[in-house]
Amino acid sequence: MPATLEQIREHFSGMDGAVTTPADHAAKGYDLDVALAAGGVVAAAEYLGGIGFSLDTMTGVDWIAQNEMEVVYDYFHPASPLRIVVRTRVPRDNPEVPTVSGVFPGANWHERETHDFFGIRFAGHPNLTPLLLPEDADYHPLRKDFVA
Amino acid sequence: MSASFDIGAPSKSGETFVLNLGPQHPAAHGVLRVKMTMDGEYVMRSEPVIGYIHRMHEKMGENRPLAQFLPNTGRIDYLSALHYNHAFVGAVERAARIEVPPRAEFIRVITSELNRISSHLVWWGAFLLDLGGFTPLLYAFDDREKILDLLEGVTGSRLTYCYFRFGGVRDDLDEGFAGRTRAFIAQMRPRLKMYRQLVTDNVILRKRLEDIGPISPELCRKYGATGPVIRGSGVPYDVRKVEPYSVYSQLDFDVPVYPEGDCMGRYRVRMDEIAQSLRIIEQALDKLPDGPTLGKVPRVLKLPVGDVCYAVEAARGRLMVRIVSDGKEAAYRLKLRTPSFSNMSLFEEASRGMMLADALALMGSLDLVIPDIDR
Amino acid sequence: MSLLATEPIRLLLSLLCIVAFVGGNAAYLVLAERKGAGRFQNRPGPNEAGYGGWLQPIADVGKLISKQLMVPPDADRLLFRLAPLVVLTPAMMCLAVIPFGDTLVARNINVGLLMVFSFGSINVMAILLSGWASRNKFAIMSSARVVSQNVAYEIPMLLVVITLLMATGSMDLGEIVRQQAGGFWHWNFCRVWINPLMPVTFVIFFICMLAETNRAPFDMAEAESELVAGAFTEYGSMGFGVFFMAEYANIVLGCSLATVLFFGGWQTGLGAVPAAWGGWGVLVGLGFFMAKMYALIFTVIWVRWTFPRTQFYSLLNLSWKILIPVSLFTLLLSSAMIKLLPR
Repeated sequence: MPATLEQIREHFSGMDGAVTTPADHAAKGYDLDVALAAGGVVAAAEYLGGIGFSLDTMTGVDWIAQNEMEVVYDYFHPASPLRIVVRTRVPRDNPEVPTVSGVFPGANWHERETHDFFGIRFAGHPNLTPLLLPEDADYHPLRKDFVA
Repeated sequence: MSASFDIGAPSKSGETFVLNLGPQHPAAHGVLRVKMTMDGEYVMRSEPVIGYIHRMHEKMGENRPLAQFLPNTGRIDYLSALHYNHAFVGAVERAARIEVPPRAEFIRVITSELNRISSHLVWWGAFLLDLGGFTPLLYAFDDREKILDLLEGVTGSRLTYCYFRFGGVRDDLDEGFAGRTRAFIAQMRPRLKMYRQLVTDNVILRKRLEDIGPISPELCRKYGATGPVIRGSGVPYDVRKVEPYSVYSQLDFDVPVYPEGDCMGRYRVRMDEIAQSLRIIEQALDKLPDGPTLGKVPRVLKLPVGDVCYAVEAARGRLMVRIVSDGKEAAYRLKLRTPSFSNMSLFEEASRGMMLADALALMGSLDLVIPDIDR
Repeated sequence: MSLLATEPIRLLLSLLCIVAFVGGNAAYLVLAERKGAGRFQNRPGPNEAGYGGWLQPIADVGKLISKQLMVPPDADRLLFRLAPLVVLTPAMMCLAVIPFGDTLVARNINVGLLMVFSFGSINVMAILLSGWASRNKFAIMSSARVVSQNVAYEIPMLLVVITLLMATGSMDLGEIVRQQAGGFWHWNFCRVWINPLMPVTFVIFFICMLAETNRAPFDMAEAESELVAGAFTEYGSMGFGVFFMAEYANIVLGCSLATVLFFGGWQTGLGAVPAAWGGWGVLVGLGFFMAKMYALIFTVIWVRWTFPRTQFYSLLNLSWKILIPVSLFTLLLSSAMIKLLPR
């Protein structure tokens, strides 16, 4: 029985450091936006995994002007139209986020890809080697200051 | 008969070797490399190595105005290009609040469903080719040729369509399109019946696919697998029904679901989907309203600051486009969530302990298009 | 004329004819297969080279000969080069005992059937040799599969042939054909009063023949989509060409053996015996033989393009768990009936 939006929002409001913002699905494509500190992503993943959500994708964003990098987790549920977005920001010169691949094995590849493109390190990841880039790549193409 | 194999037990001889299903291989659907650690015929561990056709579409989305990214969408998954068109224009329309006229929505649905059928036909032919049946490929391509002719008349392209525009579609359908499409539907239905009798019910095929490659709903959930993979495991998840978009809520169709979770279940899901797509096309042709095919779009299109996402049921599964915008003409960040990426990621866990031929049947039943994985 | 009638000359000529027959068949059966495949797949098949594609095999041979004969650096040089010879020679030699007519046989020996099966087993060793010598993992996996498959399918084939031998009482292939004289109900395929399961024994023989020649749906040796070209991956140019020829030579051998054993060989089946007609009776008999043989070859081609491939363990299960018990049963039934019923 998928949880309702209210229950999910309540749970996240209970987590410290979390800022929840409901969104209009028709205008944004998702229902709830949760902004967390990096340390909370695993707990968020465990909670959402526990109520039946699946990890859609992970997006890295390079906010160079604010000297931060953001990781956005999209979650979808196979039986309900709810879409939850969890985001976290980390400092740009030392971006590190704990891995959620223990909760969602699918995140293994998403984290490798995000690391490839942005250089964000995922602490605890079993195998953070390049996925899409060549094995010896030491550059991160989607950074805003990347010069080919 | 499924081979009983205790994955935890050491092999009888203790010797394993690494078999490289290299980037060039008749069964790797595109440039995919799988490093398989084999114990005789059994796959102990398989490690997919991807990135051979990585073209960095997401970077290309950042350094050009949004409209110039439209041709890229057709090339991410070239077999179901219109779905990728749809996801991208849908995201932009959602962000910029662009109205799409109803006629354009119906045209989008009709052409998308035709594309879904042609994509499933290619999958079917290629899958059977992997299993050793050479002939169905030619029959599938014969049917697909007719769809390609239909779509070429409307879009101008045979494969990598770039037909959808922000606010609608590029050109209206010509007068003969509805008649030709109905003729195609009429001749496709008996062909599906022939395929079922000659191929799907063939005892060799059934022994090859039944009880092979079981994927549980829990495995799908943990890896984010969608599309026929999750529907072949008993979960009725279809973006067209769960998160309806375009005019799918006005159309009456079923979502085929098979609980077995084996290769045969996924096979049957796709074959039934072809039949359902024919139904959708018929209804959409009946309900096709008159009117313009392109809505009003500002000359210089800039999305409001913030992010937006749009999900679509592509032929292979859930396709989601996420655009992060900073108010400029180009997107700040364009993320493509492609179905084959998630579907492939479960191959490693699902193929442990399987025999090589069965592992390849499993890979074929996932319906992978490698450019979709690599982008 | 009398010089040509001497035995050594006759033998030499017939052996040359056999080599030419095998070569011509290998070349043109490839074309027949490709045209047949085309028809089954709703397309014309090769039709560019020559009128209707009849020069295609010549073009293919020219292409194969002009390519570089490469031996991979790690391969076992002697075995690698030996394997194609070892695979082609037995097929050609076995054709020397197949009677194409009453006197139209290269060398009729009274253990002809035994000779065919003895030499047929060498085929397996040749593929094992090629897979091993290539030093390529795909090739080795494929030869391991071929060995298991061929060993498994030789057994029901031999059991079936023993069943037949009990009915015919002779291993002499010419004698077996002569016993099938008369109407077509005298053919071994239809001799249900000796063994009611005779048609079943033919079906088992046919299946085993498909498996022994590594034809689809039993083509685990190649299994293109899994093992690239299997045991022949490292062979190029004429090395590959010879393996190809050998496959078709084996098909010709298998189908001609089936014709001789089950369908009366050169007998017309219409009551008349061409042997008694002298000169042009030989040609009539030959014509009937060829018609039956090519009908079986057409069936082999047809089966290939129709069915997908089985899994490897299903293949072995089919032999060990189904074909062997059934052929053992027909053997016992046949011996019981011969013992109990008066001849």
